[in-house]
Amino acid sequence: MKRGPGGLYAAPSVVWLTVFFIAPLLIIVLYSFMTPGARGGVELKPTLDAYRAIANPVFARVTFNTILVALGSTMITLLIALPCGYYMARSSKQTLLLLLVIIPFWTNFLIRIYAWIAILGNEGFLNDLLRALGLAQDSVRFLYNRWAVMLVLVYTYLPYAILPLFSTIDKFDFSLLEAARDLGATKLGAIKKVLLPNVRGGILTAFLFTFIPIFGAYAVPLLVGGTESYMLGNLIADELTKSRNWPLASAISLVITVVTTIGVMLLLRANGTKVLGGGGAKEEPEARAALVGASLVGSAPAGGAR
Amino acid sequence: MRRRGSFSRAVFIGTIIFLFMPLVVLVLYSFNDSRSGSWGGFSLRWYVKLFTDSPELWRAFGNSAVIALGSALVATAIGTLGAIGVNWYRFRLRSYLRTVTFLPMILPEIIIGVSLLVFFSGIGLKLGLFTVFVAHVSFNLPFVFLLVLARLEEFDFSIIEAARDLGANETQTLLKVIVPITMPGIVSGFLTAVTLSLEDFVITFFVTGPGATTLPLFVYSAIRFGVSPVINALSVVMILGTVALTWSMRNFLKYIAAK
Repeated sequence: MKRGPGGLYAAPSVVWLTVFFIAPLLIIVLYSFMTPGARGGVELKPTLDAYRAIANPVFARVTFNTILVALGSTMITLLIALPCGYYMARSSKQTLLLLLVIIPFWTNFLIRIYAWIAILGNEGFLNDLLRALGLAQDSVRFLYNRWAVMLVLVYTYLPYAILPLFSTIDKFDFSLLEAARDLGATKLGAIKKVLLPNVRGGILTAFLFTFIPIFGAYAVPLLVGGTESYMLGNLIADELTKSRNWPLASAISLVITVVTTIGVMLLLRANGTKVLGGGGAKEEPEARAALVGASLVGSAPAGGAR
Repeated sequence: MRRRGSFSRAVFIGTIIFLFMPLVVLVLYSFNDSRSGSWGGFSLRWYVKLFTDSPELWRAFGNSAVIALGSALVATAIGTLGAIGVNWYRFRLRSYLRTVTFLPMILPEIIIGVSLLVFFSGIGLKLGLFTVFVAHVSFNLPFVFLLVLARLEEFDFSIIEAARDLGANETQTLLKVIVPITMPGIVSGFLTAVTLSLEDFVITFFVTGPGATTLPLFVYSAIRFGVSPVINALSVVMILGTVALTWSMRNFLKYIAAK
């Protein structure tokens, strides 16, 4: 590490991110303590109204809904992703299997949501099939409930969970499993006691990559959800654009920001984690960048294909 | 040997079917002559309509392309310089920059969208293509920064000292030594930025204004306000386009890495 023109090189990044990322977050903090303006915006009169509004039962119910949907879909995603990652890691055709997982991921996010509407809608593929088979006379309403939201969320974030799990399990020394079997462990016992503790970092990464975006989900509950699956993201957007209560929208955003940041820090610290199979807590975002970069431009993530 | 992993194999096969099924349904429906869900015979009419009679869609596509290329270029330039600074030099705001590039990665998109909207309206900037451009540079920058940084970490400072000893000045060192060795990182940063930008819906949704509809926003309003089967045809074209693009990127990256 040298003294030199480093500050000069870094100046554009520092300025850009300060102005367009840090400043907006600080403004949100400021706005959350102000009085709502008549047509959006705020009046510069300090008040704690927004935080009082957060304490009301409507907000509590939406928060509960959000946590329920986010935890539920994250758990389902992980339960599917673990055996997938395991199978891919043990396969001899890793590049092909990786591509199979990544290709659907290349499809635009909204197109993927739309595809599910085309399948589950009243006039959709599934209802057509049921009618053609004589199993239903009227359309069955699959969409606009919590299950539809969870299904589409699982679908959207599954690759985010499979890739880090694959990449960690791939580095696991499978002879350890055989050793456990030789010493009398059952197959399931060996996986539970030997494999899972060793790939904890990958499980944690997968959890973070799925839980955080799902916790802040907006588009999916908006397009395939109903009133019972209204989430915090929708509440923020509605306060911002419909109710025009910007202080409240800011306060909720702030709560999500603080909860997410603290959650990430705690999880990473508690595990002294090895995310994507290496490094400390600091490298988590690098892992994410590498993962996203890799999946988008189609090469395997670190330690991936052979 | 054959029986090993039969459970994980079943789950994997099921997952692949689950992942591909919606795409298959879209392809099928794109050739459906009927407007409603039921099958009305094979037809290419939605493709014809897509390419000849969808001016709004193509305007949205144009906006998306301009924003994606423009924001990726700016983010790559700024982010690459930032990574070079952070990797090799000590300066006052170094740890600040590392933290600031960390945050956008862990925050849900909606927070970034909302805070930018509040910020833009606070400083009185009119929402439109420019605000979308600024937002896209902002969320792309950390990705470029970290991808380039990962590449730079493979080299040590001695290459810069060597260039200096051989008489290169600062600009020459940057352009003739640092940038060429970092090229694979820069290219994958740029391509990631283009893709993220084309893909983004949530952040764009909040910071867009009149006349700045991008392709994801167009698809969104089509879903909300009456879907035309043209969307099916569009989806198929987009899927094929992405696969082709990604495939060529992949080979391009391999080519660069091999050089």
